Amino acid sequence: MYDAGKIIPGLIVFVGLMLFAIYYNVGNKIEDPKPEKPVGYTSCVLPLEEIRAEHMVLLNEWRDEVIREGKREKVEAGGKMYEKSLQNGCMHCHTSQEKFCDQCHKYASVNPYCWDCHVTPEYGKALGEAN
Amino acid sequence: MRILYPFLAILAVSLIAYLGGKVTGLQYLFGVVLPYLAFAVFIVGFVNRVLYWAKSPVPFRIPTTCGQGKSLDWINQDRLDCPNNKLEVIGRMLLEVFAFRSLFRNTKAEVHDGPKLVYGSSKWLWLFAILFHYSFLIVVIRHLRLFTEPVPSFVALTEFFDGILQIGAPTMYQTDVILLAAVAFLFLRRILSRHVKYISLAADYFPLFLIFAIALSGVLMRFYFRVDVIAIKQLTVGIATLSPVLPAGIHPIFFVHVLLVCILLVYFPFSKLMHMGGVFLSPTRNMSNNSRSVRHINPWNDPSIKPHSYAAYEDEFRDVMKEAGIPVEKE
Ligand code: HEC
Ligand code: HEC
Ligand code: HEC
Repeated sequence: MYDAGKIIPGLIVFVGLMLFAIYYNVGNKIEDPKPEKPVGYTSCVLPLEEIRAEHMVLLNEWRDEVIREGKREKVEAGGKMYEKSLQNGCMHCHTSQEKFCDQCHKYASVNPYCWDCHVTPEYGKALGEAN
Repeated sequence: MRILYPFLAILAVSLIAYLGGKVTGLQYLFGVVLPYLAFAVFIVGFVNRVLYWAKSPVPFRIPTTCGQGKSLDWINQDRLDCPNNKLEVIGRMLLEVFAFRSLFRNTKAEVHDGPKLVYGSSKWLWLFAILFHYSFLIVVIRHLRLFTEPVPSFVALTEFFDGILQIGAPTMYQTDVILLAAVAFLFLRRILSRHVKYISLAADYFPLFLIFAIALSGVLMRFYFRVDVIAIKQLTVGIATLSPVLPAGIHPIFFVHVLLVCILLVYFPFSKLMHMGGVFLSPTRNMSNNSRSVRHINPWNDPSIKPHSYAAYEDEFRDVMKEAGIPVEKE
């Protein structure tokens, strides 16, 4: 073998990079996300499978319908009507961002920017009490 | 056939994976067993191929010199195009690996009336090649979000910048679009340019179709079928921590994506895709052009073979030569 002094270290770097995910996880405690189930409600605005995979699409649709087309009519879930809204609709039932949305989002490494402007009910309540 | 067979092969494999992805037993095969096997073949095959190359001696300096070599003091040397020492070679290699400099030099030859041969600059290949490779790199880095927990910050940062246009939900990634567009260009180049088409083989089309199909199935997964990312991460993290689990309810398109990636991994070490490792070992790039100042000795010279001058040769064979009528210098 020729140039072993350069080729072997190169290969070690290559294999090291390729195996990054394997040794990076060693010693990390990995838990499946556990989004808190809302208390007192039985069904979501969409069937479970769908809301899990499509909630971001639904939120965008709601936003467009409400603020671009002015369609503020309510949506039905489990026999009751709820506002077509992130903070007053979804989060009427899913009250906590940290214990619900963030559970999955941290795990899937998505970082929705919605709460830059929208406040969660928990935060709104704390804000009200502080004033 | 060079185009059709690879295309049909990819189509057939995708179909098999899609149908098989609905069966739990096959899901385990496609989602867990094959990825481990493919990854092992990739790593071992890659290392093997590089070691195989490393066994070939390169006794002569054969750099391609595209500029003025080192000469007299008052003649300017083109240090990157005709490197004379290690540092200059490193500069040349870095630009080659990160900027595809030799592709930048791609020209187009045309015969005009006259007849006159004209070379024109042709940067499209370089442009789309560089878009393709960097997009692919970013896509691979982004995929680490599925294999690591907690997700390292450089992955989150890459995702942030890749989705910086903030289009739609889930956010569109630029690299998805660029990757597909670039592969489409590289394919069109092969079929629309007649002389490139003439020298293109199945082994040129197959990786293009394969990578296009991988990217397309990925995009479909995210924006059309909307697979359950949480369940998929449970599977992928399980693989990375060597304790695989198979969550229920994963959409079959995911298994199409994974099977295609497995094929890419297995195909890689045995195909032209090995230029990933080969670029570092190309003697026309990684050697300095210093044979005028340094003596290079052929490594396989047998020291027991002594120089044999013509005079000695003639001494040895004079009689035979004379007999055959061959003129000799010394009677
Ligand atoms: C009426 C109260 C209610 C409203 C309004 C509501 N949800 Fe739900 N949501 C639920 C319940 C109850 C469940 C659990 C359903 C189950 O487990 O079958 C759920 C489940 C979910 C899940 C799946 C959680 C998991 O464990 O996999 C997501 C994601 C979700 N909701 C998001 C939303 C979003 C986004 C909105 C607004 C567009 C919304 N929900 C509006 C009650 C609600
Ligand atoms: C720049 C600040 C800002 C950001 C960021 C933002 N929104 Fe909004 N959003 C608003 C405002 C302002 C309204 C109008 C409220 C109204 O008229 O009722 C609104 C309305 C909405 C509505 C309909 C009405 C309501 O009260 O909820 C939805 C749904 C919505 N946004 C979803 C989202 C989602 C999902 C995200 C994250 C992807 C997001 N928004 C990010 C400012 C923002
Ligand atoms: C069951 C887990 C789960 C829960 C609970 C959940 N999400 Fe998500 N959400 C996801 C996943 C997974 C994605 C990313 C999908 C992808 O990467 O393709 C996502 C993406 C999003 C996006 C798009 C982000 C982007 O930049 O692409 C928005 C907006 C969003 N979620 C809003 C919410 C809100 C608001 C809640 C709480 C009411 C919530 N989600 C709860 C799993 C969840």
